[in-house]
Amino acid sequence: MQITTIVNGRSYTKDVEPRTLLVQYIRDVLGLTGTNVGCDTSSCGACTVLLNGESVKSCTVLAVQVNGQELTTIEGMATDSGLHPIQKAFQENHGLQCGYCTPGMVMAAASFLNENPNPTEREVREALEGNLCRCTGYHNIIKSVLAAANAMEGAM
Amino acid sequence: MFPASFDFFKASSVADAVSILSREDDAKLLAGGHSLLPLMKLRLASPAVLVDISALEELAFVEDKGDYVAVGALTRHHDVANSELLKSAVPILPFVASKVGDPSVRHRGTIGGSIAHGDGASDLPAAILALDSDLVAVGPDGERVIQAKDFFLGFLETALRPNEILTEIRVPKFSGGWSYQKFNRRAQDWAIVGVAAVHNGSTKISLVNMASTPIRASAVEAALADGASVEVASGVASEGLEPPSDLNASADYRRHLAQVLVKRALTEALG
Ligand SMILES: Cc1cc2nc3c(=O)[nH]c(=O)nc-3n(C[C@H](O)[C@H](O)[C@H](O)COP(=O)(O)OP(=O)(O)OC[C@H]3O[C@@H](n4cnc5c(N)ncnc54)[C@H](O)[C@@H]3O)c2cc1C
Ligand code: FES
Ligand code: FES
Repeated sequence: MQITTIVNGRSYTKDVEPRTLLVQYIRDVLGLTGTNVGCDTSSCGACTVLLNGESVKSCTVLAVQVNGQELTTIEGMATDSGLHPIQKAFQENHGLQCGYCTPGMVMAAASFLNENPNPTEREVREALEGNLCRCTGYHNIIKSVLAAANAMEGAM
Repeated sequence: MFPASFDFFKASSVADAVSILSREDDAKLLAGGHSLLPLMKLRLASPAVLVDISALEELAFVEDKGDYVAVGALTRHHDVANSELLKSAVPILPFVASKVGDPSVRHRGTIGGSIAHGDGASDLPAAILALDSDLVAVGPDGERVIQAKDFFLGFLETALRPNEILTEIRVPKFSGGWSYQKFNRRAQDWAIVGVAAVHNGSTKISLVNMASTPIRASAVEAALADGASVEVASGVASEGLEPPSDLNASADYRRHLAQVLVKRALTEALG
């Protein structure tokens, strides 16, 4: 089946089997391998991307379901002028160690900060409850998202 | 993991979905896919045909109908949780929706999918049951209304016919007390046991993960109607029930939890 999607601002038209998962489409068909697969059972959030601006677990969506819609992956966050403020905040606050969960964390954080630009620490923790990290103990991830919220507020 | 092959149709309307379901053998509706796709990836389900209704805007709404609020079956958990109308007219429902899974799950999963799936461990079906909601289904012969108490028949089995689509949930407004107690041990987990209580003249209580379907705590309701105290009424919370045993909890532990959580729920709803 032929589908057209806008990914990180660019339009792609591709032929996919209906059973192709969105994450396979992103990684294997489009070659955007920044999005990771962790659990493959919708629990870990490593595969989180934005669908029309909202976070979804791309291992649990069919590619054919997003025909005609807009996606943002981690590759779409940085611009020519540098890293996205959320990425910068993760870098500055040591919000990652091995980095496997990081693309998903950044996308989940982007979706959340879009909805709630001025969160409390508790709200950040709840917003990231669907994203697992095996390295950091979460502390610096929370710090990073709060720092990003501050930086993005300042920029507006 | 990926699902077995299937034919894919995107429904253009409710009528179109019904006609595809009636025409094709072994066809299943696909809404948010957050119950069906995990089952298909594990090959616990392998329908020959999927009928995608996730883009049917006509079924995504929350509308004031006077005595009740009409919620379209394709309204996502995220939108139920954030509906100002529901927050003021039926506050328990958005609260329960906000406890389902995590934010990304709530961006995809729909209230209709959760109810049609009919899992005894799900949160929203129990809330619908305690609220005595009506469920509207459309099939080849038109529309019919099913009361929530007649809807959940057995393990993942509901009163919906294979060629019917759940279109709307009619949730009565109420102004009394309420409580939802969801007990789990990790963030984003399903309830080990959950309790929904609604007090509006009489008190209605339903239980999550205490049977193969969402179920009303009828022994507790009867005891309260006879004037029993919260203490006494919550003591009969698991009477007549056969809760499941699994990795998270034994049946006995669930029976105990049900009593504790019903007591907390009643204390909050009646307090
Ligand atoms: C990681 C994770 C965590 C979760 N945690 C929870 C939780 O804590 N509590 C909880 O209650 N749920 C939880 N869920 C399940 C979630 O709520 C699902 O969204 C919901 O159960 C199914 O809704 P859906 O729209 O995704 O349905 P789908 O998966 O698309 O469909 C489910 C079933 O219903 C049928 N169906 C769907 N829509 C209709 C309709 N309109 N008419 C007739 N039949 C229909 C389908 O054919 C299918 O059989 C979780 C899911 C995931 C992946
Ligand atoms: S890989 Fe999708 S949630 Fe873990
Ligand atoms: S940094 Fe290693 S999993 Fe999160």
